[in-house]
Amino acid sequence: MHIQSLTKQYGDKTVVDGVSFSIPKGKVISLIGPNGAGKSTVMGMISRLIAHDSGLVEFEGKAMHKWKSRELSKRLAILTQQNNIQMKLTVRELVCFGRFPYSGNRLTPEDHEIVDRALDYMELHDFADRFIDELSGGQRQRALIAMVIAQDTDYVLLDEPTNNLDIYHATNMMKIVRRLCDELGKTVILVLHEINYAAFYSDYICAFKDGKIAKFGTAEEVMTKENLSEIYQVDFEILNIKGKPLSIYY
Amino acid sequence: MLKSNRSTILLSLALIVLAICSLFVGVIDLTPRDLLSGDLHQLEVFVVSRLPRLLAILCTGVGMSVAGLIMQQLCSNKFVSPTTGATISSAQFGILLALLFFPTSTLWSRALFAFGAAILGTWVFVWFIQRIQFKDAVMVPLVGIMFGNVIGGLTSYLAYQHDMTQALSTWLVGHFSLVLKGRYEIVWLAVPLVILAFVFANHFNIVGLGRDFSKNLGVPYNLVLFAGLTISAMITASIVVVVGSISYIGLIVPNVVAMFKGDKIRGALVDTALFGALFVLVCDMIGRVVIFPYELPIELIVGILGSLIFIGLLFYRLKNGRKAVRLGKNPGTSCCSPLPDLKGGEMS
Repeated sequence: MHIQSLTKQYGDKTVVDGVSFSIPKGKVISLIGPNGAGKSTVMGMISRLIAHDSGLVEFEGKAMHKWKSRELSKRLAILTQQNNIQMKLTVRELVCFGRFPYSGNRLTPEDHEIVDRALDYMELHDFADRFIDELSGGQRQRALIAMVIAQDTDYVLLDEPTNNLDIYHATNMMKIVRRLCDELGKTVILVLHEINYAAFYSDYICAFKDGKIAKFGTAEEVMTKENLSEIYQVDFEILNIKGKPLSIYY
Repeated sequence: MLKSNRSTILLSLALIVLAICSLFVGVIDLTPRDLLSGDLHQLEVFVVSRLPRLLAILCTGVGMSVAGLIMQQLCSNKFVSPTTGATISSAQFGILLALLFFPTSTLWSRALFAFGAAILGTWVFVWFIQRIQFKDAVMVPLVGIMFGNVIGGLTSYLAYQHDMTQALSTWLVGHFSLVLKGRYEIVWLAVPLVILAFVFANHFNIVGLGRDFSKNLGVPYNLVLFAGLTISAMITASIVVVVGSISYIGLIVPNVVAMFKGDKIRGALVDTALFGALFVLVCDMIGRVVIFPYELPIELIVGILGSLIFIGLLFYRLKNGRKAVRLGKNPGTSCCSPLPDLKGGEMS
């Protein structure tokens, strides 16, 4: 996926300003940056949820807006934070929607097999017939990830997947993200607020500031005292734990 | 498998029994034996009045409850229905326009006006609530009721100006007493529309889960939203033209069924339709029996029973939060929602 000079304006405020980068396949890429830096908007534009004003998103050799929505939904999945999951659907029913781009209303036995595997993978089998609105935040998030797995796409985009989760569930979520990439070979793109999760679990980090890319590179390249201090305007120290650069800010 | 279908089977049985009973309730004494022995007069009453009435009742019950179900799902708000979404009042406004501009209009041309107005009114309402994005789920039906009342007020004003109040009153209060062979067949439209709704049930569910969610699955959000609303509005209008306004059914029936069956439309649609038909049938029979040989308009009975059920519903939510009613299971086993959530929070 290649992104060329992507721009988005709301009114006369430029939220994303000429952003260009390429997303390496089969890796975990985190988009980080302060509030209002434009990372979620970029995520929205590369997933066709938000229309861009100018620039180009090229996905598998074809401009994003030329893709048929249904075809695209077999190759790219996005989970935003605003998922309305107050509905009384069972976990299995939700995960079955992941097969919708393939089979529409008629799920084949193969589809049900894929759904079962997704439920197993997310260790949700005991919850399969529970209603989503009865689950805890962590379980609910896992159910949504299971749906994305059932959707069986090469690219998975997650907008702040650790939002509203406690440390235990958030860390588990990041481990799941890593497994999506390592075991299932997916390219995962995340918007994250917690920069240490980004540093520890992702291959590449793209740091945004004021609608522009401040730094794009491997976790080691981006996670330096100077870079982070400049992006966040706070003092940072970098520690090396288990070979990963983790930051302390104060 | 049998267990999950138990409610459907029970509802169907109850409906069949009551439907047959209802055929023999009325001012003219009709018995199955006379009917079978070939009494021509009795046969005529049966074919011209009783049977059409039963069919109209069934179509109304099925149609209104399914229309409500679709609207609730699409707007992901449990309080939206043809009554609280301005659909019924818009349909009435359409009928008035037909009466004003084409005084000699047939039932069909009135129906066309009602369709147009109902579809338009519902679209405007939903377009409006989508623009505003209310944080509180209760605001949506409130706006709908206000919008409906504005249209209703306009209707009354125009009717008063043109001396049409009398003529219009037939469509303001729903009743089945004027349903006769040859002048009710428009309600049959509800049947193909309900089947259409069943075909697109999953689309409606996905759209109900939000714009981003639908786009992710390649479902065209706006198209499905407005197509679904159009189906709802057409079902409602076809019923209003024949029977008049019947409130509450589209609100209560889907809510009651969802308590037992959940929100997956494919799973709940048949039960919703059956329960809706049963509810209207029971209300109509009560209306026919209470002050026999006269009859009360069904709108009155539905209003009384409906309000009671609705208050019960609110109390249930207050006490149990959003938890589902589980048939034949220990309720203590599922207890993950920590606090009762009165607001429902459907609008996120």
